[in-house]
Amino acid sequence: MRYWFPYPLLSLSLLALWLLINQSLSIGHILLGSTLGISWAWIMVNLQPDKTRLHKLRRIAVLTGRVAVDVVRSNLTVMRVILGTGSRPVNSGFVAIDLSLRDDNALALLACILTATPGTAWLEFDRQTGVLTIHVLDLENGARWSDLIKCRYEAPLKEIFE
Amino acid sequence: MTHLTDLPVWAAIPVCLLLLGGSAITLVGSIGLIRLKTFYGRLHAPTLSSSAGTVLICLASMIAFAVLQNRWIFHEVLIIIFVILTTPVTLMLLGQSALYRDRIEGSTDVPRKTTGPEPDLSAIDI
Repeated sequence: MRYWFPYPLLSLSLLALWLLINQSLSIGHILLGSTLGISWAWIMVNLQPDKTRLHKLRRIAVLTGRVAVDVVRSNLTVMRVILGTGSRPVNSGFVAIDLSLRDDNALALLACILTATPGTAWLEFDRQTGVLTIHVLDLENGARWSDLIKCRYEAPLKEIFE
Repeated sequence: MTHLTDLPVWAAIPVCLLLLGGSAITLVGSIGLIRLKTFYGRLHAPTLSSSAGTVLICLASMIAFAVLQNRWIFHEVLIIIFVILTTPVTLMLLGQSALYRDRIEGSTDVPRKTTGPEPDLSAIDI
């Protein structure tokens, strides 16, 4: 089974992508999409991406909800900073975070989350020491940011990916 | 633009609000590029448009065309997903090159590299 369908999740996503782009659910498109999904998964074998298994699907839903809330909240914060209506002067700065997350796909997802959230920008990740450097636009307290990212994102990502 | 007049009022109102909201947020993001003073600060401004701006404008488009064509439309979701997936790539490239330049110039404002060799000053001609 694993031999014929090397990346089942990728094949399913490609099928969904195909159906969304063509905006149809006809048998023909489902067949064509499945064939393309399976054959592209075969091509991916040559690229040898890291295989990850997703655990605890409920945690994914919780994490998604949490990220959505954070994106809205930080959008408002950054708008307030740019328009200069905040109550105190803005001090931005760098925060170094000691991550214990090592899975490549989990790190990529963390990068997407941190980037999609305005106000935090992923700058550098050191693979040897596991130190992540981010830049925070409105820094109140560096240690608080470090804890926030560790508890809010890193812990659930660890549970999902490892 | 003539077919937009076919849009019923109950759909036109949310579409307008979403579109105006999305464009306003994108505008604020662009204003941020001028108002924020440092390069690293400016990295944050465009993410406003790539997150909330894109989502709101795509939602408006989804509602408008779903009502006009009288069927469910979901493929704008792909735009949102791909924008969110690809923004980190450019952002990291910009951020890392700025960090690299600042370190070579010996700026004290940026954190030092934690491990590995320091960038070699003599070999690079700025």
